[in-house]
Amino acid sequence: MNSTIRTDIQEGIAMRNMSRYVCLFIAFTVVVLAGTAHAGEVLDAVVARDSVRCGVSTGLAGFAIADSTGNWTGLDADYCRALAAAVLGDGAKVTYVPLSPQQRFTALQAGEVDLLSRNTTWTLTRDASLGLVFAGVTFYDGQGFMVPKDLGVQSAEELDGAEVCVLTGTTTELNLADYFRANGMNFKPVVFESLEESVTAFLNGRCQVYTTDRSGLAAILASDAPNPDDYVILPETISKEPLGPVVRRGDDAWFTIVKWMVYALIEAEEKGVTQANVAAMMDSQDPVIQRLLGTSGDMGQKLGLSNAWAVQAIQAVGNYGEIYDRNVIPIGLPRVGSNRLWTNGGLMYAMPLR
Amino acid sequence: MVSPTTLAPVVFWRNQRFRLALYQAVALLLVIGAGAYFVSNALANLDERSIRTGFGFLSREAGFRIGESIIPYDASNSYGRAYVVGVLNTLRVSLLGIVLATLIGVLVGMARLSSNWLVVRLASLYVETVRNVPLLLQLFFWYTVITGLLPSVRQATQLLPGVYLSKSGLMFPAPVPHPGHPYMAAVFVIGCGLAWGYRGRARRRQEATGQVPKLLLPSLGLILGPPLVVWLVSGAPTALDVPVFTRFTFRGGNSITPEFLSLLAGLVLYTAAFIAENVRGGIQAVPRGQSEAAAALGLRRTTALRLVILPQALRIVIPPTTSQYLNLMKNSSLAVAIGYPDLVSVANTSLNQSGQAIECISIMMGVYLTISLSISVVMNVYDRAIALVER
Ligand SMILES: N[C@@H](CCC(=O)N[C@@H](CS)C(=O)NCC(=O)O)C(=O)O
Repeated sequence: MNSTIRTDIQEGIAMRNMSRYVCLFIAFTVVVLAGTAHAGEVLDAVVARDSVRCGVSTGLAGFAIADSTGNWTGLDADYCRALAAAVLGDGAKVTYVPLSPQQRFTALQAGEVDLLSRNTTWTLTRDASLGLVFAGVTFYDGQGFMVPKDLGVQSAEELDGAEVCVLTGTTTELNLADYFRANGMNFKPVVFESLEESVTAFLNGRCQVYTTDRSGLAAILASDAPNPDDYVILPETISKEPLGPVVRRGDDAWFTIVKWMVYALIEAEEKGVTQANVAAMMDSQDPVIQRLLGTSGDMGQKLGLSNAWAVQAIQAVGNYGEIYDRNVIPIGLPRVGSNRLWTNGGLMYAMPLR
Repeated sequence: MVSPTTLAPVVFWRNQRFRLALYQAVALLLVIGAGAYFVSNALANLDERSIRTGFGFLSREAGFRIGESIIPYDASNSYGRAYVVGVLNTLRVSLLGIVLATLIGVLVGMARLSSNWLVVRLASLYVETVRNVPLLLQLFFWYTVITGLLPSVRQATQLLPGVYLSKSGLMFPAPVPHPGHPYMAAVFVIGCGLAWGYRGRARRRQEATGQVPKLLLPSLGLILGPPLVVWLVSGAPTALDVPVFTRFTFRGGNSITPEFLSLLAGLVLYTAAFIAENVRGGIQAVPRGQSEAAAALGLRRTTALRLVILPQALRIVIPPTTSQYLNLMKNSSLAVAIGYPDLVSVANTSLNQSGQAIECISIMMGVYLTISLSISVVMNVYDRAIALVER
């Protein structure tokens, strides 16, 4: 079966506004009428539907972007593919639902998607008061600023008085206000609800500054800016933005699967299990690899899946490092700092699969 | 004399009045019961999923900035204040939009009935085009025109000394605040009241004596004179705060943002097309005999229009135009698409940052309902005031 694909970009603007209200309406109805979630519910629904509904961003190169044939690529999209492969045995069984920052939490709360895998920052407020839980970190990011080169700006500390284009409903707009306040500077926000419109406004010269996660800045330069050399990303990183998958509260079984999927991909990289060699690795004598690949033990069953869950995922998308190299390197973000494995001085660290 | 047939007393549950009351009470109880069930169920569900509820967040720090505001606001202010900023921004664009759309709508409506072929064609072309393109697209159009075609803020066009136009909007000088200003505003309001009173007296005199008193000059004098006097008395302050270019954009003076400008242009032109149709229909609905009678009395065409046709047309035009006003106000919620911080934009941001969807949406609905009902009430009062008074 082919993956069903909804590209909201093509559906037009009016639809987007419509869908927001439809989505809110569903959220209301669900909250008002529904009973409460129970463990295993989401997995049962996913299996019955034979598809994972995955909330992704509306189009961010390197993380989740649809090409002209409706095929999604990117780190966030690949994570969903891995999950679908682990749960349903086929990485193509994903329904991608593009969501703006504004729509994402409501869509998840309403059960329109089974998880969010869309550069969403793990914060206390979101983890504790939205009825959601973060399952892990797939990318360690931080917020940065981008300006046209000809303004001659060297540092974010020079930005006093500038007009800044920013997306609403993000941690970005909060960090922005914090940063300028802390530095005794002033700015004028121009706030948009869709990535496309905010980027167009910036590239048109409506604002002198654009701010978002550094990964987002790189993606915009790589795929939207007509001439990337006309812009610079300033050196300051003003926040911590750990990005990772999010699920609804109340279904611990599904939460556990989503969490351990992240770990399995990292563990595979640490153990040198790749898309190419995973079949050969089934014969490995290393007990850690055996447990990961299900040739010994019953790790998959403990999650309510088949023991080949990790093998299926790695066959579909490769290990974490392969996913990163394939998607994120091309947008100009080398694998440095926190996103390296812990064994290389980074923060990517899988809890033991045993 | 025939004695009335005595009816056997009806048992009370057979009494029709009692039954009607009973049905209503039952219906009311059902509605309240269902409402209470939904609310309690929602609260239980929200609690179960540990989603925060209640309106306490309104007094917590919002943490986000808002692009433009007519009251002081920054990120350390509360969500409540952010809402007030949003409401004021919605009111600002709606009220100005209603005034401008009315002016343009009336002009275009009359133009469609003009005897000049070109004027009629142009007016119809405008009405047909604008009415048939979705408003959201028109907003994007205006926003793209403004941010795409205007020069960047560093190359801003100087329209007049101190007045600049660029992608960052229109910058113009503002008077430096002076202690005399509030008094000027106060006497201006009083002057408007006086002018209104004068107009009433002038009309009564005209009805009593047939003389037509001068209206324009005395009214202008009453409205503009007092502020002028106060201005002179307070020392004729002329200090202006002129916008000056700093590193990124202009500082000082006053400004109108491209977001506000695009939204206003879109709303006004769109709504004016509908109002124009109302006006045209209203005028055409006045029986021909009326203008013929006016002509027979020797009234000039313009006078006949002003004194005979328009007052009658107005009664037909007001109700549909009221709903256009309401539409304009509600359509202003499309602002969020082009970055104007109206109520919906602020409410959406609050919703996302606080996570309290039900509360944020309820506030938003409450505010729109209040504004809509207020516009309706004002328009109904006006409608009644101009209704045909039978003598
Ligand atoms: N990490 C931040 C910002 C996330 C975010 O939405 N960023 C923008 C710009 S990088 C984005 O991904 N937009 C994609 C979209 O709107 O579809 C958050 O979680 O609030």
